[in-house]
Amino acid sequence: MSTVVQVEGLTKTYDGGFEALKNVSLDIKEGEILALLGPNGAGKTTLISTICGITSPTSGRITVGGHDVEKNWRAARDLIGLVPQEINLEPFEFVGNTVRFSRGLFGKPRNDAFVDQVLSDLSLLDKRDARTSQLSGGMRRRVLIAKALAHEPRILFLDEPTAGVDVELRRDMWALVERLRADGVTIILTTHYIEEAEAIADRIGVINSGELLLVEEKDALMQRLGRKELTIELSQPIKEIPETLKEFNLTIGDANTLTYVYDATGERTGITRLLGALQEAGLTLADLQTHQSSLEEIFVGLVQEDAA
Amino acid sequence: MNWYGVAAIWRFEMARFFRSIIQSVVSPVLSTSLYFVVFGAAIGSRIPEIEGVSYGAFIVPGLIMLTVLQQSIQNAGFGIYFPKFIGTIFEVLSAPISSFEIVVGYVGAAAVKSMLIGLIILGTSFFFVDISIQHPFFMLAFLVLTAVSFALLGFILGIWARSFEQLNLVPLLVVTPLVFLGGSFYSISMLPEVWQTVSKFNPVLYLVSGFRWSFFGTSDVPIAMSLAAVLLFASACLSVVWWMFHTGYRLKS
Repeated sequence: MSTVVQVEGLTKTYDGGFEALKNVSLDIKEGEILALLGPNGAGKTTLISTICGITSPTSGRITVGGHDVEKNWRAARDLIGLVPQEINLEPFEFVGNTVRFSRGLFGKPRNDAFVDQVLSDLSLLDKRDARTSQLSGGMRRRVLIAKALAHEPRILFLDEPTAGVDVELRRDMWALVERLRADGVTIILTTHYIEEAEAIADRIGVINSGELLLVEEKDALMQRLGRKELTIELSQPIKEIPETLKEFNLTIGDANTLTYVYDATGERTGITRLLGALQEAGLTLADLQTHQSSLEEIFVGLVQEDAA
Repeated sequence: MNWYGVAAIWRFEMARFFRSIIQSVVSPVLSTSLYFVVFGAAIGSRIPEIEGVSYGAFIVPGLIMLTVLQQSIQNAGFGIYFPKFIGTIFEVLSAPISSFEIVVGYVGAAAVKSMLIGLIILGTSFFFVDISIQHPFFMLAFLVLTAVSFALLGFILGIWARSFEQLNLVPLLVVTPLVFLGGSFYSISMLPEVWQTVSKFNPVLYLVSGFRWSFFGTSDVPIAMSLAAVLLFASACLSVVWWMFHTGYRLKS
């Protein structure tokens, strides 16, 4: 897959001196779904706004489809559709009109059939002649998506698309993202819901305090998720690990616990052998506990590491 | 050029005009008619002719200018301020459309709207007074130049304003007094000499005077000076708009 958005050494310092992005570099591949995960105020929206041309970078370089967003902004912006976090719509405008407006604004000739198709894909066709102020919050968000799709963009930015959205609409949104990906649209979404990133993303980037902490294939992250810990509580405390148990790489926890780390997704976990070896070594078990680290814990760990 | 983008903005702004057609058209026509009744018929009948023109007819160009100025500023100012206020401006800023094209869309629509209203007032005045237009080409040229340059001023105010109050402040405190003191309802030759000199520092005087010349062939200042003044004003506004977009002033962070 080729790179469709390239961000190199991007820094953004706002007028007040707040450093929203610190030397961020990121390659987004064509056709992928990338989720940017981070707490509020992490810099997700600033990153998206800078790529889309709403915010000017302090330093660094961004290309979209090979076009520099500052020097060759027209060609770059042609490719981009943006769905903002806030639901901003002209209250007196009709749904169909506002979507047509967006298409024209992005330099595309009028095409009512296409606009109707977009509205229909978003289950908004019957609301075409309604005023945006008459719609529910979820529908207004869909109108924003329709506006962003009206000029047939190749890259779609969704800034917190499911914040404050009910479960049903969230599922609809995910299905829509899946359909768009099938059409070859590259999708970048920001979220602070880990389950959302887990459900639909190909890759996950974690951002905190303006720094991109990691960008990884979701599957690789899930492998890390597959790491499980077995905590063994012994009846008597031990000071050192017996020779026969060395191969299991056990660690001694506080007082009388041993910790064994294994891959739950692997063919062999080694648990049976370990238990046998423990018995042979003459150790008596008081309790067993297993624990799996979730994406959330990995995330919180990363963010805390970052803060420390 | 992104002409589809310009047309989209232009059409959107014009739609607002037609959506509130009563406010857009009926209200200026009504207030102008009231001016004619009060100043033209009631008071005007006791005022002698000014430079061979009846007072009722004399105030027509001034009335048109007064409305065109106010409408241009108001329409363009509101047009750009409202998207900023409700947040929809992000779309315009992220679209493949240049600042020049954005200005053409917003300012063009505001200028066309105010010119339409100006022409409606002119039409209304035919019902009240007897007027003829000696230089129709110049009349239109002044109308266009004035509408465009004051729409540019309104656009600047709309970008600058952080509240509706600020948006209305300049038209109310600066523009309206300038229009009233700029000879809309009198010839400055009727003023004492000191005030004639003061009046010459009022840019609106040159507009009203030039516009009136295109109707009656008489003016307070030479027509060339009127043209130069309106062109100067238009280029000053253009420079400010260019600077605003160049620096992203109150548009981009």
